[in-house]
Amino acid sequence: MSELLLKVRDLMIEGRSDETWNPIINGCSFDLNKGEVLGMIGESGAGKSTVGLAAMGFTRDGCRISGGTVEFDGIDLVNASAAVKRGLLGKRIAYVAQSAAASFNPAHRLIDQHTEGPVQHGVMPREESQEDAMELYRRLRLPNPEEIGFRYPHQVSGGQLQRAMTAMAMACRPDLIIFDEPTTALDVTTQIEVLASIRDIVEQFNTAAIYITHDLAVVAQMADKIKVLLKGDEVEEADTRTMLSDPQEEYTKSLWAVRSFQRPTKPAVPADAVPVVSVKNVSAAYGKVPVLFDVSFDIHAGRTVAVVGESGSGKSTAARCITGLLPPTSGVIEFDGEPIPADYRSRTKMQLRQAQMIYQMADTALNPRKTIGEIIGRPVQFYMGLTGSAKRKRVDELLNEIELEPSQYFHRLPSELSGGQKQRVGIARALAAEPKFIICDEVTSALDQLVAEGILKLLAKLQDELGLSYMFITHDLATVRSIADEVVVMKDGRVVEAGPKKEMFTPPHHAYTDLLLSSVPEMDPDWLTNLLDARGVDNIGDAAVGKM
Amino acid sequence: MGSVTRIILQRLALGLLTLFIVSIVIFIAVNLLPGDFAEAILGQGATPEAVASIREGLGLDKPPITRYFDWLGGAIQGDLGSSFAQANFASFTGSDAASGTTVAEQIAPRFKNTLFLAGVTAAIAVPVSIFLGVLAALYRNSIFDRATNILTLSSISSPDFFLAYVLILFLSVLNPLLPSLSNIYDGMDFSERLVKSLLPALTLTLAVTAQMMRMTRAAIINLLASPYIEMARLKGISPMRVIVTHALPNALAPIITVIALNLAYLITGVVVVEVVFVYPGIGQLFVDSVKIRDIPVVQACCLIFAAAYILLNLSADVLSILSNPRLRHPK
Repeated sequence: MSELLLKVRDLMIEGRSDETWNPIINGCSFDLNKGEVLGMIGESGAGKSTVGLAAMGFTRDGCRISGGTVEFDGIDLVNASAAVKRGLLGKRIAYVAQSAAASFNPAHRLIDQHTEGPVQHGVMPREESQEDAMELYRRLRLPNPEEIGFRYPHQVSGGQLQRAMTAMAMACRPDLIIFDEPTTALDVTTQIEVLASIRDIVEQFNTAAIYITHDLAVVAQMADKIKVLLKGDEVEEADTRTMLSDPQEEYTKSLWAVRSFQRPTKPAVPADAVPVVSVKNVSAAYGKVPVLFDVSFDIHAGRTVAVVGESGSGKSTAARCITGLLPPTSGVIEFDGEPIPADYRSRTKMQLRQAQMIYQMADTALNPRKTIGEIIGRPVQFYMGLTGSAKRKRVDELLNEIELEPSQYFHRLPSELSGGQKQRVGIARALAAEPKFIICDEVTSALDQLVAEGILKLLAKLQDELGLSYMFITHDLATVRSIADEVVVMKDGRVVEAGPKKEMFTPPHHAYTDLLLSSVPEMDPDWLTNLLDARGVDNIGDAAVGKM
Repeated sequence: MGSVTRIILQRLALGLLTLFIVSIVIFIAVNLLPGDFAEAILGQGATPEAVASIREGLGLDKPPITRYFDWLGGAIQGDLGSSFAQANFASFTGSDAASGTTVAEQIAPRFKNTLFLAGVTAAIAVPVSIFLGVLAALYRNSIFDRATNILTLSSISSPDFFLAYVLILFLSVLNPLLPSLSNIYDGMDFSERLVKSLLPALTLTLAVTAQMMRMTRAAIINLLASPYIEMARLKGISPMRVIVTHALPNALAPIITVIALNLAYLITGVVVVEVVFVYPGIGQLFVDSVKIRDIPVVQACCLIFAAAYILLNLSADVLSILSNPRLRHPK
């Protein structure tokens, strides 16, 4: 067991920007034995993926290894020729990417991509590799293992693709697999299936792995030892149980404490209060495909209603109905007790102002060619009619609200901001209309935990100051726990359960709420094992079929 | 496949509509040409009576709308009318005007020659362009890449006739490898025809390669940052195979579009090259007909050119759609 496989010493990596080389990784060292799993953790930008790829002797365009050594089974990967590295990659060292949907070639069938490695490396002929692929699909509990490989990537769901990619990594039975955030893009219920599959197969073939993630609870289930990175520096490394129970460094402790933010419970809403937004028996369809069925919920002044559910459960569709982007096929949307036109084009400017939206991907929601001042200034002018110095003054106020120094940020472009700052600009843009109600669509799910917490605190502060109501769409139950007043649980376009947060988090739950709640990884390294025992493997299989 | 069939039928219907609109434009444009056949053929000493009688004989005295629908009705049934010049010649020899050579008879052999030349050129230019594009993408920013770029760009920037004379000088005069006159005729066997067409085909190859090659290169390089290309590299796949089997299939749509545009150019825009090599293609016929205001032939040529453009772009659209697995294999 304790045979050394990978030895990384003082690894330094530089990235090029504006014609100069800047350090990205400032000396990273670790050992990995055969069959061992190393968890690599840190915020985005910490250099986890860069280190993971460097462990394969690979650097992305614009990066270079500037110092240190990477030795895989005695082979010096830093100085090895491209041909030597090609001989190892895919054959003895494999990679599982974050987004399987983007990392499978859309032009080829899954099984052709699976067999490519073994055939090109001369490990086994095509037919044998196909048989083997089906066997791996079966072990990874993919539905229809004989048939699923003959589909194209777009015909397979995200969780299944992630498992198919794990199978592909296994195709040549490598000694080492780099898992780069393989479950980050998945729903909690799907994540469990993938985690369990990965863990089983890595154990079965005694494969060593580097498991990269920003989610501590996930890495706790997967890794034998954990290494923490911060902005290209090593923070600490220890075996998993020690790291969880007794972190040494301040930074690690702060990571561990992230989920502690919680808002106090607010008094119950008076029975005769008129909700700010009321969704009444709304059904909606995309073309002829119905996606929402008789959905009703109210959002009261100064309250946060969290709408939770997996992707495809209709959360965002409900938001589109409220904003009028998707007129419902039946049912009514009311603002302050008054029904409003279903189509946003028939709404008055006042009605449009009332409901604003903050998006998941601040990257794509902000125009990359406009400065922050222009982005926030536009709704100020459009809705509030301010121009010139009055507009500038209002934009400065808004920037202060979101805790960005106006003089410093007014003229910057979105690309010059960090993810969290961009999301703050998204918030300011929504606030510019002085709305009563804001829809937050997965606003923290693309952010690191520390940054996400900052955004949640900001939203809470703004709610207290301005009396805003939020509809908070999320699949992350930790977020719900920290910010929500009421919770609406959705599944397959229907509301399965709704009520105050306290009720939702105390049993008994609806069966689906229970499944969601129990699927949120906990920091206990035995959590996954215990959960799988409690549910039984069959249950997982059913869940997989249910995802089809 | 239901959705694909529907898309193809939609595009086909749109193509027909475009062709109809183009036919109106052609008719108006041709009628805007100064002078007419009668004046052109009778020259300066024409008496008004003679002009009027020729006009009457050719139906030029009818109102434009009537003439348009007569022409369109005929064209739909495959009758492109009679060539004025031939009809006139027939009347001098005393035979009946209607039995003169039809436009279709006059255009058909010329159009066949044009298609032959376009076919030979495409058979050389398309594979060469894609091959060079793939290599340039593979060795991007290398000497090879730059040299290919410079060569193809200089050839596309030079006028066709200049390229033609350069090729004649090197391949026909200094080294008599190929004939500089491409006077092909019916009954020639294929190999002889091929040899005679080779110099114009090479000239045209030089003219169309640059765009196709550069689009191939750009479309491939555009994809090289995609996660699935990185994945292929991390599987230890060789760089050539990464480009050919992983990038190229996903880059086909823009490449096909550019190929179609260039093929359309080969059918409609090669008159200069035809003149230099005395190649009896449709381009020369077209220019000659414009000179003598032989309106039925001009209109028919225009219509054929338009149809070629529409048809090639249509096939490019359909092939691009088919190159997308999402449409070929719906969920």
